[in-house]
Amino acid sequence: MSDGEIIGSYIVPVHPHTYLVPEQNPGWTKLREAFDEAALRIKNSEADLLIIYSTTWPSIIGHQIQADPNPEWVMVDHDFHDLGSIPYSFNIDSEFANAWNEANHQRGLKSRTVNYHGFPIDVGSVVALKLLNPDNSIPAVIVSSNVYANRSETSVMAKACLDVVHSTGRKAIAITAMSLSNRMFTENIDPADDKIHSLKDDEWNCKILELMEKGRLEDVGQLSRTIQKQIRVRKVVAFKPMWWLSAINDNRNDLTGEVLAYEAIHGAGAAVIHLDPASCGTGDKEYDEDDVEYFYGDRSVLDSNDSETTIIDEEIETIDEITTAEENGPALWEPTTADGSVNTDSAPKPVGAYPHARRVGDLLYLSGVGPRQAVTNSIPGGPIHDEDGEPLDYDIKAQTQAVIDNIALILEEAGSSLDQVIDVTTFLVDMKRDFQGYNEVWAETLGKIGPTRTTLAIRALPTPIAVEMKVIAQFLE
Amino acid sequence: MSLSLRVSRLTIHALAECDKDPNPLRCDMAKGRIVAGCIAPHPPHLVYAENPDQNEPTSEGGWEQLRWGYERLRESLSEIEHDVIVILSPHWQTYVGTHFLGLENFQSLSVDPVFPNLFRYHYDLNIDVELAKQIHDNAEKAGLVVKMMENPDFRVDYGTITTGHLFNPKWDKPLVVISSNRSTDYYSAEVMQEMMIELGRITRETIEESGKKAIILASNSLSHRHFTTESEIPEDMSKEHIASHAMHLWDMRIIDYIRSGQTQRILDEMPEFIEQAIAESDGGGLSWLISALDTPDYPAILHGYGTIIGTGNAVVEWPCYKHEEDSQ
Repeated sequence: MSDGEIIGSYIVPVHPHTYLVPEQNPGWTKLREAFDEAALRIKNSEADLLIIYSTTWPSIIGHQIQADPNPEWVMVDHDFHDLGSIPYSFNIDSEFANAWNEANHQRGLKSRTVNYHGFPIDVGSVVALKLLNPDNSIPAVIVSSNVYANRSETSVMAKACLDVVHSTGRKAIAITAMSLSNRMFTENIDPADDKIHSLKDDEWNCKILELMEKGRLEDVGQLSRTIQKQIRVRKVVAFKPMWWLSAINDNRNDLTGEVLAYEAIHGAGAAVIHLDPASCGTGDKEYDEDDVEYFYGDRSVLDSNDSETTIIDEEIETIDEITTAEENGPALWEPTTADGSVNTDSAPKPVGAYPHARRVGDLLYLSGVGPRQAVTNSIPGGPIHDEDGEPLDYDIKAQTQAVIDNIALILEEAGSSLDQVIDVTTFLVDMKRDFQGYNEVWAETLGKIGPTRTTLAIRALPTPIAVEMKVIAQFLE
Repeated sequence: MSLSLRVSRLTIHALAECDKDPNPLRCDMAKGRIVAGCIAPHPPHLVYAENPDQNEPTSEGGWEQLRWGYERLRESLSEIEHDVIVILSPHWQTYVGTHFLGLENFQSLSVDPVFPNLFRYHYDLNIDVELAKQIHDNAEKAGLVVKMMENPDFRVDYGTITTGHLFNPKWDKPLVVISSNRSTDYYSAEVMQEMMIELGRITRETIEESGKKAIILASNSLSHRHFTTESEIPEDMSKEHIASHAMHLWDMRIIDYIRSGQTQRILDEMPEFIEQAIAESDGGGLSWLISALDTPDYPAILHGYGTIIGTGNAVVEWPCYKHEEDSQ
């Protein structure tokens, strides 16, 4: 089967006005017309799947994915119940939903499918599907917005979805049901008086739309936390949909964007936006956050033996097996023992004739320290290439943390400690890819202690690792 | 006109009506009252654990401490005459004012969107529309934003259903159901509390005007930090505990105030409680309840305390009827 792909993305508003009473306000009419235009574009595309991330479906236990092949009910909005009811009967791709759920687990995420008669499909999803897919001709899948999910979890969840899109050869449309600014008027208003709640909200919305028009989706994703603080009422979710939408578009900044409409719905910023994957020719990302492939976050709060932990452990075991099999690297040596040498069985063995550290006066000079583990020789975060030299995906943050842990072990053996480190020289084999992640771990560890630091890019290290540090520490008795 | 001015006029109006009646006994008898006020948490796990006929999933039990607490509450109130149960539920979340269920009967299937594996409950409940409308109208006169919910397709939120079942499994009393206005999110805990204190006062005075005896329920937990994973067997009690020590400390602090009649301190510390314990009282239920009970300074009865997926939950009763008898 040929590789699937995301062939388009849409951002659409969540409130029921555009479906139930578009005629009551000129802005709502424009939004409805934009919905209709988007529906036409989708119908005329090759799309065979609609993927909806809805901010009006909050979840707590990981993410939930709708898997009822034909959910039917009548939806009434909690706030705008006086506008009417929306009967629905949707065509859900339960096979894709189950595959996505499994792909989430493979990437360390907690998620589950829901397939229950009468499950209340949220207003954002109902409005999106009723207007974008009115004849149900294209199967859909809906995912919740987890209350506690951070950027990495949300992004990895999108990548898991993309895994299934690729493996099943789907031509998919990604849709986020969301408001821009979400502050509504807290009083009943005459529809004719509707407008964006405040000038400040309007200005921020226009900034978002300007970026979208230029196809700079990842930049909006990078600004999510700022946008949340500036124009978002807390409610139950943060401004997460841009993380999801950007990740499912490969974190691109050069999409072709078009704002089909931007209006107010009871004060909230409502926009219909089309993002086409065709490159608009603008530049790459202006800055970057860590691009996480697997989720290692703290969801195993019940105990350490639940299935989620097991899944992650299985992945790590796989990585360890690869490492263990890679024995054709440099031979391991016993550390040398000249006067002042400091060696420990807790640190990985050297790859040459040198000690772990050597004391001179009040100073300790450490040999270059990598992330390898003492007994297993495994590499936390995975090796950077396989036996044949083929690149492998690896986690620079896990490697960096392991390096610092090894440094701490050597210093403790010498009677010193991490907080006595005064100078560090770091070697990275891929500065462009890894500096951000390495820098984040540094900031949370040695960065709080404050040694001087030099970071160098080098071509290779003797073992398949991405980072090594050379350390000088004080020795104060 | 300010909220407080309008509310004061309501009070004066009620007193003036009473003054017109030359028979003080008859006037007193006609006056309605709140006979009890309760904190009654609503996690669907408690209904799931009881295996009632109305709920589709079945369990092996669990969360007994809280369910026994509900049993003690029901037993405590079994002899107390009442006409109506008034519930404020944080899971009917409204952003445009406070809403009231406004039709006489609702029947449907309630499926919890977060825990659909535990709660798919077939409900059939009656509403005291007259009282609901009276509270609505008086709140509107006082300047609060309100709306009656009169769409027959509306599905009642699972918080109301859960609390309603646990409090009165027979469903033989009509309800007044009040939505949770999310003013904490839109403004601040202080603004929320100002509005809910007004709504509580209006609720009390309207019940008194109505001549009915009411039990009022704030359907909310205390600390509200969930676990983000669920054990393979949801009712596996070996996995159940408070989410963190800090949450436990806050729960015990609030319970201490409850048990020692210091409800004003709860109101005073509400913003910190909401922020630090992520308390579900951000939905206004607890502030509304305390205000409706006229900020009681007598001890409440703690019928039970327990955790549900890490959140802290208490079943509490302010026995107004007993307090009034003791005061006479």
